[in-house]
Amino acid sequence: MFDEMMGKDGARPPYHAIERWLKTVGADALELKRLEAETLFRRIGITFAVYGEGGDPERLIPFDLIPRVFSAEEWRTLSRGITQRARALNAFLHDVYHRGEILKAGVIPENLIFRNAAFLPEMVGVEAPGKIYSHIVGIDIVRTGPDDFMVLEDNCRTPSGVSYMLENREIMMRMFPELFAGGRVLPVDNYPDMLRATLEDVAPKACRQDPTCVVLTPGPLNSAYYEHSFLADQMGVELVESRDLFVDEGLVWMRTTQGPRRVDVIYRRIDDDFLDPLVFRADSVLGVAGLMNAYRAGGVTIVSAPGAGVADDKAVYVYVPEMIRFYLGEAPILKNVPTWRCSDPDDRAHVLSHLADVVVKEVHGSGGYGMLIGPKSTAAERAAFAKKIEADPGAFIAQPTLELSTVPSLSPLGPSPRHVDFRPYALVGKEIRLTPGGLTRVALREGSLVVNSSQGGGVKDTWVLAG
Amino acid sequence: MTMMATLSRTASDLFWMARYLERAEAMARLVEMGRRMAMLPNTPEGHREEWLSVMAAAGCAKHFAGRDMDERAVIAGLVLDRENPSSIVSCLDRARHNARSVRTALTTQAWETLNEAWLKLGDITESAVVRELPQTLDWVKGRCAQFRGASDATMLRDDRFDFARLGLYIERADMTLRLLDVKYYVLLPETDVIGGGRDRHQWTSVLVATSALRAYHWVYRGDYSPWRIADFLTLNRACPRSLAYCCDEIVTSLDRLARGYGERHACHATASETVALLSDLDIGEIFHDGLHEFLTEAIARNNRLTAEIAEAYHF
Repeated sequence: MFDEMMGKDGARPPYHAIERWLKTVGADALELKRLEAETLFRRIGITFAVYGEGGDPERLIPFDLIPRVFSAEEWRTLSRGITQRARALNAFLHDVYHRGEILKAGVIPENLIFRNAAFLPEMVGVEAPGKIYSHIVGIDIVRTGPDDFMVLEDNCRTPSGVSYMLENREIMMRMFPELFAGGRVLPVDNYPDMLRATLEDVAPKACRQDPTCVVLTPGPLNSAYYEHSFLADQMGVELVESRDLFVDEGLVWMRTTQGPRRVDVIYRRIDDDFLDPLVFRADSVLGVAGLMNAYRAGGVTIVSAPGAGVADDKAVYVYVPEMIRFYLGEAPILKNVPTWRCSDPDDRAHVLSHLADVVVKEVHGSGGYGMLIGPKSTAAERAAFAKKIEADPGAFIAQPTLELSTVPSLSPLGPSPRHVDFRPYALVGKEIRLTPGGLTRVALREGSLVVNSSQGGGVKDTWVLAG
Repeated sequence: MTMMATLSRTASDLFWMARYLERAEAMARLVEMGRRMAMLPNTPEGHREEWLSVMAAAGCAKHFAGRDMDERAVIAGLVLDRENPSSIVSCLDRARHNARSVRTALTTQAWETLNEAWLKLGDITESAVVRELPQTLDWVKGRCAQFRGASDATMLRDDRFDFARLGLYIERADMTLRLLDVKYYVLLPETDVIGGGRDRHQWTSVLVATSALRAYHWVYRGDYSPWRIADFLTLNRACPRSLAYCCDEIVTSLDRLARGYGERHACHATASETVALLSDLDIGEIFHDGLHEFLTEAIARNNRLTAEIAEAYHF
């Protein structure tokens, strides 16, 4: 098992400062600081909502004080790989909604795309400004060794968590200014400016002046509402709900105290299904009637584009390295995790005979639900999962159980190794912008591999060191 | 400089956020008044009257109607009861809900002050409130003042600021008017003879409820008379809780909105008219024509103004 801090001969170089710091502050002081951090998060209101389970509906994501660190060199590789992947995913999205070259070439099976619920026929032939469909690409990366980074999944719709990247840093700088005194940690606080620049980059053709951008939220009851308001605030744009918007003559308007005002770019944090009740779910109270027509006519830009989700499906994920070769003519910099598709008879046979060793995931699942973690499962659970797989093989993929890297994290026994993953956020506009950092999620339960906040996961500040 | 447009929902939420916060603070003052009255030596009718007038001024007499409540239950009901829409907790709840919906229109400092107060209030128990009522009420007033201070010191002076201010002063005017209306019989001079200690206590309770006792002393040199108290709270433009003062502030905000937007509406006419009316009046005329009638009319004007603002700015 690879620990990112402790090597065989003591702390690895990127962690030298952390090691010194841990020795100086001591466990008791850290525990006090942890409580202080929690109070800060509550006061700022950095919460996510959990409804229907009783208890506090506004919950905190546990914040672990010990940062996760990447060296300048590690980041160079990561950022090249992330950028490459974000380009290929967008090329793919443009292709499947136009000529479908990659399908015609037989690189990706047509069925996988055309029968995919995330594929929107309404988007066929629609020219997204700048040919960009996924403007914010969150790529989940795991690590198994010093040089072994692998992509676990892509998030092309509206990846969340970036507010934690920013707030975690803010809190760390507030509580431990001495850690940042040397100026070796690259700042992340330019993310909101870069996001705004990205939104402005993709203004629709009908836009004649400085584009007006808004963040569209389902409202204060949504679990990620804090993030929506935080991003709007940081960018200096309006946070709107669908009832604030309407479509007239092919343009989108918001209701203001001075009457209607044009909206050019909508960074929506609501799902495709809820965008426009005229086109998608008619029962949606979240959507804006006529929005899709306005979008197709170039009156407004929707970020990310409707239908972008077809690129981040776990079954499509398998083909991303092929996309990179096909569209960019390059070798993939970041590897995929080896994946068996249960729809393939050989793969399926392998998965069924190795259920105790693999992780099985639902193709459309998320949040760490609907998974089977082979080594931690009971025989009865495996039998039940085998039945599910046989009943609907196309709905499942399987991957080997990875020895995820660990980073020291606070536990009742002091700093102890805990498994982590990593989600950087690539912004795709006229150029690709990448903040040096991202969200590190940590499985706080000893030995656990599940980092999702809904299942006992926490977050850490993530450092990229200056070269 | 052209002014950025504000979402109508944002303007409305800011308006109501400020109203609920002001109401929470007014409630704290009213409860304080009730507590003060209850400390008087017992009278045949007990202190029920005083608590009833607190409930009436707070607009929650219905909530308590028909319940046999001791003082402790009344206090808990006015401070902590979430079922009572006028309780301090309910007002803070709604203020915070409005604030959270317009999180982007508030500065971090303003938001955190409110959120912290809300978090803390959720932890206060009934027995603690009764045991430490003065401290709790002081704490509520302190938080509200801190929020106003934080907003004053950090918020951009744009239209959003004015929508919040409009909510604040409309609510404050409303509260002063309703308090006077509930107490008007106390102020009605049946004779010119100043009553005994109890009468005096009744009158000053009105000043306590508006945090205006010391200020009143300063202006009128301890000369308590019903006319002067009513004058102080209606026509005196220097008293920050008087009707006249609130109306001046409302006009200031509305005028600034009109300049920024380049447009005047019915609400502007109504507000200016009220200010003109008040400056032509003296307290003798008000008492001559009937204090209650005057108050009723002023409350109605205030409500009309609210509706006109909502219409003008597409709330």
